[in-house]
Amino acid sequence: MERSRRSFLKIAGLTALGVCAKPVADVWAASAEHGASPQGRFVVGDKALTAKHWAMVIDTRQFESAEDLEPIIEVCHKVHNVPNLTVERHEIKWIWEEEFEHAFPMKENRYLNERVKDLPFLVLCNHCENPPCVRACPTKATFKRASDGVVLMDFHRCIGCRFCMAACPYGARSFNFRDPRPFIAEVTTEFPTRMKGVVEKCNFCAERLAVGKMPACVEVSNGALAFGDLDDPASDVRQLLKENFTIRRKQSLGTEPSVYYIV
Amino acid sequence: MLELALKGDKKYYGLVTILAAIVGVGTGFYLWQLQFGLGITGMSRDVTWGFYIAQFTFLVGVAASAVMLVLPYYLHDYKAFGKITILGEFLAVSSVTMCILFIFVDLGQPMRVLNVILYPTPNSMLFWDMIVLNGYLFLNIVIGWKVLEAERYGVPPPKWAKLLIYISIPWAVSIHTVTAFLYCGLPGRGFWLTAILAPRFLSSAFAAGPSLLILLCLLLRKVTNFDAGTKPIQTLSKIVTYAIIINVFFFLCEVFVAAYSQIPEHTAHLTYLFFGLHGHGALVPWMWTSMGLMLTAILLLLIPAARQNETILAVACLFVFAGTWIDKGMGMIAGGFVPNPMHHVNEYIPTLPEVLISIGVWAAGFLVLTLLFKIAIGVKQEAAGA
Amino acid sequence: MNDKKWIVLGLVVFFAIVLFPVWYNRGKAAPAPEVWLSDTAKAAETCVKPLEDIRRNHMHLLDQWRDTVSREGKRVFVAWNDKEYYPGLTTTCLGCHEDKAKFCDRCHNYASVSPYCWDCHINPKEMNYGKK
Repeated sequence: MERSRRSFLKIAGLTALGVCAKPVADVWAASAEHGASPQGRFVVGDKALTAKHWAMVIDTRQFESAEDLEPIIEVCHKVHNVPNLTVERHEIKWIWEEEFEHAFPMKENRYLNERVKDLPFLVLCNHCENPPCVRACPTKATFKRASDGVVLMDFHRCIGCRFCMAACPYGARSFNFRDPRPFIAEVTTEFPTRMKGVVEKCNFCAERLAVGKMPACVEVSNGALAFGDLDDPASDVRQLLKENFTIRRKQSLGTEPSVYYIV
Repeated sequence: MLELALKGDKKYYGLVTILAAIVGVGTGFYLWQLQFGLGITGMSRDVTWGFYIAQFTFLVGVAASAVMLVLPYYLHDYKAFGKITILGEFLAVSSVTMCILFIFVDLGQPMRVLNVILYPTPNSMLFWDMIVLNGYLFLNIVIGWKVLEAERYGVPPPKWAKLLIYISIPWAVSIHTVTAFLYCGLPGRGFWLTAILAPRFLSSAFAAGPSLLILLCLLLRKVTNFDAGTKPIQTLSKIVTYAIIINVFFFLCEVFVAAYSQIPEHTAHLTYLFFGLHGHGALVPWMWTSMGLMLTAILLLLIPAARQNETILAVACLFVFAGTWIDKGMGMIAGGFVPNPMHHVNEYIPTLPEVLISIGVWAAGFLVLTLLFKIAIGVKQEAAGA
Repeated sequence: MNDKKWIVLGLVVFFAIVLFPVWYNRGKAAPAPEVWLSDTAKAAETCVKPLEDIRRNHMHLLDQWRDTVSREGKRVFVAWNDKEYYPGLTTTCLGCHEDKAKFCDRCHNYASVSPYCWDCHINPKEMNYGKK
């Protein structure tokens, strides 16, 4: 009895498997066929701005107070549909201001130059050359683009494990603790919103670079923010780096940030 | 053998019903979380992992501790553990189940969880954690089942099961090592950035797991007619003693490095946990309680006469379990996030729904444990009766 | 075998539950929706893929678009007929097929699929998010 029941179940199971396998295999074959459809190809647009390694230089000498930074922060959050969440815990920010001692911990002095002491510093994703967040992500939802070194988020793929947020030593990442849409005052149609449960951060305006525009923050900064190719000796950013002494955030961690500060 | 889980008295069914009801409550709150998002928890932009991941971390330890039975029994032929090794393996099964559930409830987009397999990323420690946890679950289910089945029919377990048992020993170490690697490889998180994080995790695991097992054995003796015997419990108590002492020693090593080097990024977290930082100190009483419990437990366990008194032993085990739970299940994860990388202090306090979901997961684990123990004890009683 | 009645009862309950949807929906099959085309779409004459292909495989194309745009940064799609398109849901797809409710949702509802594209991508007709 025991034996026959067991062999009955075995045969039934195998039959079920066989019956199911055919349609599944068909679907797979079909999707493989069409997934790699030969019709149509993709190119980078003619107008697109390209570089080997995008980098930013922030000339903090051109800022005096928080008011100077406001339009920069505002435009970024507007063009990217960053919600304005009222509960601090759920806050989402791509670019924001920090005091020197928080932007550059371990670099603070008790007696600091007065201008620097009161000056708000712009902080954003550093688009590290060696990004710990990319190392941590289990699905490659966050990745460093091979063509230009920009560290991006693929919101379609993010599972919301928040490993990247633990890995980022700059606190540059935010998580959608709830549906952000009710908190976007004015929606920009050119850029998607996010859904609850995914991580987001500054994308160096990849969507604007693709159509030949400089990042939104750079555009409204009246020249205080420079953006260009770090690998091109003739670029703006290289000129600035050559002529000025610059610092980066937490250099000792070896992440090689692509955002430089002239203090 | 599954049918053994269906034959029980009223007390057994009562327990199963209660646990299932708690799971139901937890599921209800999880559905709310699924609908609203993780915003119903106390987690924040600064403290991005909270209670769920802390429970996960603690339970990986409990799961790994099965090796403290398997190793002496199978490698050193320590016969006294013969009766309870299966209990350790089944405890591992239920713990890993809870671990996987805790990871799952922590995800922002749980329906995308298979992306981890669809886009395998070997440079992510979470990818390896998935492999070792699922592998360990599989190993313990198969081993536990086969060995128990063999015992039921009075035959030796198949050869390949022996092979799996040998594999499961280093595998147990690997689950907690990889779990420690989730944290200790992150730049800019000074509290976790320590090479002895994995050893610390293992030592607290080998204290917490066996102490829970001792408590379970004492409980089983009371409510069923299954008696684990004095000798295995006493051996386990010695394992707990060594492990908890090593755990406290490792912790003191961390304290020394931070306190003597006085590097702010390392001291800040310990200061926050034990004394509070910039007026924030929600975890201070908890951390001192944890220390008090562990030190008292060491005192009790070190005295042979106290250890051999099973009432005192039970108290000591309870202290070890509670102390390591607070240390790992509350302090270890939140403590690493406070202060944040920009040295702002934003505290984390779990919310009620978050705690209820966690209790639901614990109940699910204990439900699995109850069913598996029922089967195991059923087989043992059959074998004894035959 | 004195469990016979229980087994039969169990089978009856099992099949009753399993077959319930079939029985419940009998004779209520909705007619397949016609594809709705806006005037803009009619005027355009061609889609980004040949008609048969886009009808059958638009989901695969969208998958391909999203990976290429968001991961590789290639934001121009050169179609089968050498026309160039921006591979995007809001601008390109909704650019012609202006009414998502009529164009997308009717078929998706009929086929009982619920893609969550629009949780993030914006349908300009439903832009009342921040009004709360």
